[in-house]
Amino acid sequence: MSSLAAIRPDSWDLPLFLHVLGAFVMVGAAVLAAAFLVPAWRNASVDALRVGYRSLLYGALPGFVVMRVAAQWLYDEEGIGDIPDEPAWTAIGFGTSDLGALLLVIATVITRWGCAARTPGAPGSPRRSSARCSCSTSSRSGR
Amino acid sequence: MYDALLFLHVLAAFALIAAMVMYTGFTLGATPSQGSFTLATRLEDVGGLGTLIFGIWLALDVDGYGLLDFWIIAALVLWAAAGGAGGQYRGAVFPAFEPGGNVAAALQKAAVLNWVRVALAILLLADMIWKPWA
Repeated sequence: MSSLAAIRPDSWDLPLFLHVLGAFVMVGAAVLAAAFLVPAWRNASVDALRVGYRSLLYGALPGFVVMRVAAQWLYDEEGIGDIPDEPAWTAIGFGTSDLGALLLVIATVITRWGCAARTPGAPGSPRRSSARCSCSTSSRSGR
Repeated sequence: MYDALLFLHVLAAFALIAAMVMYTGFTLGATPSQGSFTLATRLEDVGGLGTLIFGIWLALDVDGYGLLDFWIIAALVLWAAAGGAGGQYRGAVFPAFEPGGNVAAALQKAAVLNWVRVALAILLLADMIWKPWA
């Protein structure tokens, strides 16, 4: 088993690299988002909420897309779909991935919603006066 | 044994890269609290140590690998260089959390160190995948 681990066709390297890189970015951005969203939940900080939202939108979601597309690429390269009895680990992987995507999208939408609701003058806020949310426009923030 | 070691090695790598993504978020404009910066440093410590320990263990366990293989030596050099850049980055930013410190300015000043570390980490991942001269 151990000696087999060193053997892998060269054609699998690029999709594997992108798959792992995408997963790293997705998880890292999700941790970054959590590091800001937990304080935002505790002290109602709009700045922290905004950073959490942007981490999910610009980090975790693109990371997920890269990870998932590269996973499909690897799946095709390895010819797993042609195997009569598809291995259980691929079904578990795809199931986890699809559920994770759903949760990621829900978290991003809710965070965006919360951000808009807490931004004065934005849609959904108590003092709505314009149709623009500052979630995606502010620069340095988040303390 | 191989599967368990690889799992722990990759898990540690997730912690290490999560820290780097957090530092990159800070560099791109998310000013951290001391708590979130400390979380990143803890992830970096655990991930850095874990990737090294389980990586060396893997190299010793797998029949086709040896500690003197080019790609493993390259990985160790890249790991050490990334760790050095990370240490300097932390050393430059941490004092700014003292009263009167300017965290945003310290992050801007240390940005180059973060980008160097990110580049080294991507090279390290490429080295792990392509395994040159293996």
